[in-house]
Amino acid sequence: MSEQKLQSQTVQTTGHAWDGDLQEYNNPLPVWWVYTFYATVVFALVYWTIYPSWPFGKGWIGGVSNITYVNSEGETRTHSWNTRALLMTDMNQAAVAQKPYFDKVAAMPYEQIAQDPDMSGFIISAGKSLFAENCAACHQAGGQGVIGFFPNLTDDDWLYGGSYEKIHETLLGGRRGYMPAFSEVLNGEQIDQLANYVASLSGIGHDADKATAGDVLFHSETAACFYCHTSDATGRQDMGAPNLTDNIWLWADVPAASTAEGKVAAIRGVISGGLNKGVMPAWSGRLTPEQIKVLTVYVHELGGGQ
Amino acid sequence: MQTGLEDQLGLYQKRIPIFTRSVKGRFRRFKTSVLVLAYAIYFLLPWLPWSRLDAPAQAVLFDLPGRRFLIFGLTVYPQDVIWLALLLFIAAILLFFVTGLVGRAFCGYFCFQTLWTDFFIWIEHKVQGERPARVRLYRQPWDREKVLKVGGTHALWLLASLWTGLTFIFYFAYAPQLLVDFFTGQAAAAAYITVGILTLSTYVAAGLMREQICTYVCPYGRFQSVMYEPETLAVHYDARRGEAAHGRAAARAGQRTLAERHEKGLGDCVDCGLCVQVCPVGIDIRDGLQYKCISCGLCIDACNTIMDSFNFPRGLIRYDSERNLASPTPAAPTLKWKRLKTIGYGVALVLMSTYLVYSVATRGNFDRAVNQIRQPLYVVLSNGDIRNRYQIRITNKASQEQTYVISARGIPAAALDLGNFSEVTIKSGHSALVQASVRLPPVVAAQTQQFELIITPLGKSAEARTENVRFDAPGKRP
Repeated sequence: MSEQKLQSQTVQTTGHAWDGDLQEYNNPLPVWWVYTFYATVVFALVYWTIYPSWPFGKGWIGGVSNITYVNSEGETRTHSWNTRALLMTDMNQAAVAQKPYFDKVAAMPYEQIAQDPDMSGFIISAGKSLFAENCAACHQAGGQGVIGFFPNLTDDDWLYGGSYEKIHETLLGGRRGYMPAFSEVLNGEQIDQLANYVASLSGIGHDADKATAGDVLFHSETAACFYCHTSDATGRQDMGAPNLTDNIWLWADVPAASTAEGKVAAIRGVISGGLNKGVMPAWSGRLTPEQIKVLTVYVHELGGGQ
Repeated sequence: MQTGLEDQLGLYQKRIPIFTRSVKGRFRRFKTSVLVLAYAIYFLLPWLPWSRLDAPAQAVLFDLPGRRFLIFGLTVYPQDVIWLALLLFIAAILLFFVTGLVGRAFCGYFCFQTLWTDFFIWIEHKVQGERPARVRLYRQPWDREKVLKVGGTHALWLLASLWTGLTFIFYFAYAPQLLVDFFTGQAAAAAYITVGILTLSTYVAAGLMREQICTYVCPYGRFQSVMYEPETLAVHYDARRGEAAHGRAAARAGQRTLAERHEKGLGDCVDCGLCVQVCPVGIDIRDGLQYKCISCGLCIDACNTIMDSFNFPRGLIRYDSERNLASPTPAAPTLKWKRLKTIGYGVALVLMSTYLVYSVATRGNFDRAVNQIRQPLYVVLSNGDIRNRYQIRITNKASQEQTYVISARGIPAAALDLGNFSEVTIKSGHSALVQASVRLPPVVAAQTQQFELIITPLGKSAEARTENVRFDAPGKRP
């Protein structure tokens, strides 16, 4: 079969003859290939008509396909088809789908939101993405904070109060924590005594004599620690003065130190240097009231609230 | 050096039209019954009613928007993708198993390409007549008769293709409604696109390309050689009997009976060519086993018909093994399965099928996933207690709403805090997230490596499921 075929197949030439006998082979493209090529040409022409294609003057040829979307200002715009308009349409659809939930959040009291299983699911997912976008830069993705810089939101200690109202207040107006540097008014020995006293409050290894002296100093007008931390050292939430008697450490990295001396030294550092970096920015104006409310409930649930 | 045949001929070979002759026999009957059965299932299944509370009354419905697959009484969710994996594995192993035993039985009798081509040839036969009539029509100029007959054939093919495409989409929505929507222009764009593509591909594959799909497109024929073994039963021409010493010859006067032929040294093959005429892939089985053969058995039927008419014994073309044919004393062909490969495939097949059935039969009515929150792994609380938090996702796979109760074992009862939800009620097919936290005093925390969370459907304590959960504390090494 194949031999017969070979004999019958003569090689085509283009038909020209140069210099008498110089000929050129003609190997035409397969027919299916040629028609596919024509089909792509037709496709391109159709595409150019429908979609944006060629640059033209300062703009471009838009094509006959239009897309209507609502922009962020709420204006309805009609534009020749483009992926940005498509994105705006999708964003609007998502916003429309979320709106009933945000409306519910706005209308419901905090406790009711937290106890509604449907809303609770929304808070977990919407709160998580809002938190990741706005809060996680400082408080970290899980809200665990960084000792020495940003408070842990997952524990049960709240510097400024852990009720829904207080968390909401913190989010809206921000916070500024301040502690003066006591190296200006106290000598090194006094600071060491105070540090040992503070360590004793949390049951950390300390020098008992120094701690007793620190106790006196703590409650004296010289150091006046009790002004802010109160006389039983449990702190004042209205000014963000922390409770010194618990196991939570934000500024002094006590958990990281392995020895009792190291832990006391960490406390000493905070007393002598003071603090002026406990700044939480205000979020009113940056986030919508509904978003702040979602975050309030989300943050409340992180640590179980108060 | 010899140049390859493809280099000499070019890569493109023009199709030689094949006009198959119809034939009667065992294999034809088997093929027809498989075709009727397969078509009955494919085309009628979407119309089978099945009453359901929360879904259209359709026995088999792939509810993509609802993320579920309703198959009779079973609801399959995307989480059950392991079943699909098992099913594909079983299908693949079954293919290897059967091919090792009886060759390309799938190609010849069950493949949809074969089924649809067979059906399209049947249409062609009904409209244009038997093989000689079709050949005549093919050679005839384009007159009124040819236009009508060929046009009619193609029109019927397109109709069959359209209904094939339509039936496919009927599996994805309530069929009676979708049929009306489709023809009133109200169905989704995806429906029209799917039907369009399937209509076109069915028409092209079963009407125009036919055996070229098997020869050039499908990879299966190309790797049949690694699946075949010497013991594999396949459609073979018994060349020793058919050709004898002086080859095949027509049954002319003087060489009509077996005795006369054997005396002249002629084979039993009377060279009638019927085996070639009935072949849907256009090969001559007498050239031996070849990659184009889909082993449909029609040449066996054709040859047996001729052998019967000459009163020759049947089986000049038959299912036989290479080993048996080559042996000096061929025995009657039998199915030989005692081979490592066949037994291996068989065992894998049984194991996986058992596992699939077991998995479907004993699946729980809910799915659960307990994730420990790892940022942070643990929290030290103000009194020194250690807290770990967990996210529990429960998916209700039962057909009605269900309430679930979560409890813990291995830790003090008061240590588990489920926040605002002591129990959670979930709608059918939905899932819910529960945040749980466990708080342990440092001494207990140091001793607790893990504990158990128990999820119990309310009122069905037998269906309770237990999850082992880690508990992390500072200074503890995993």
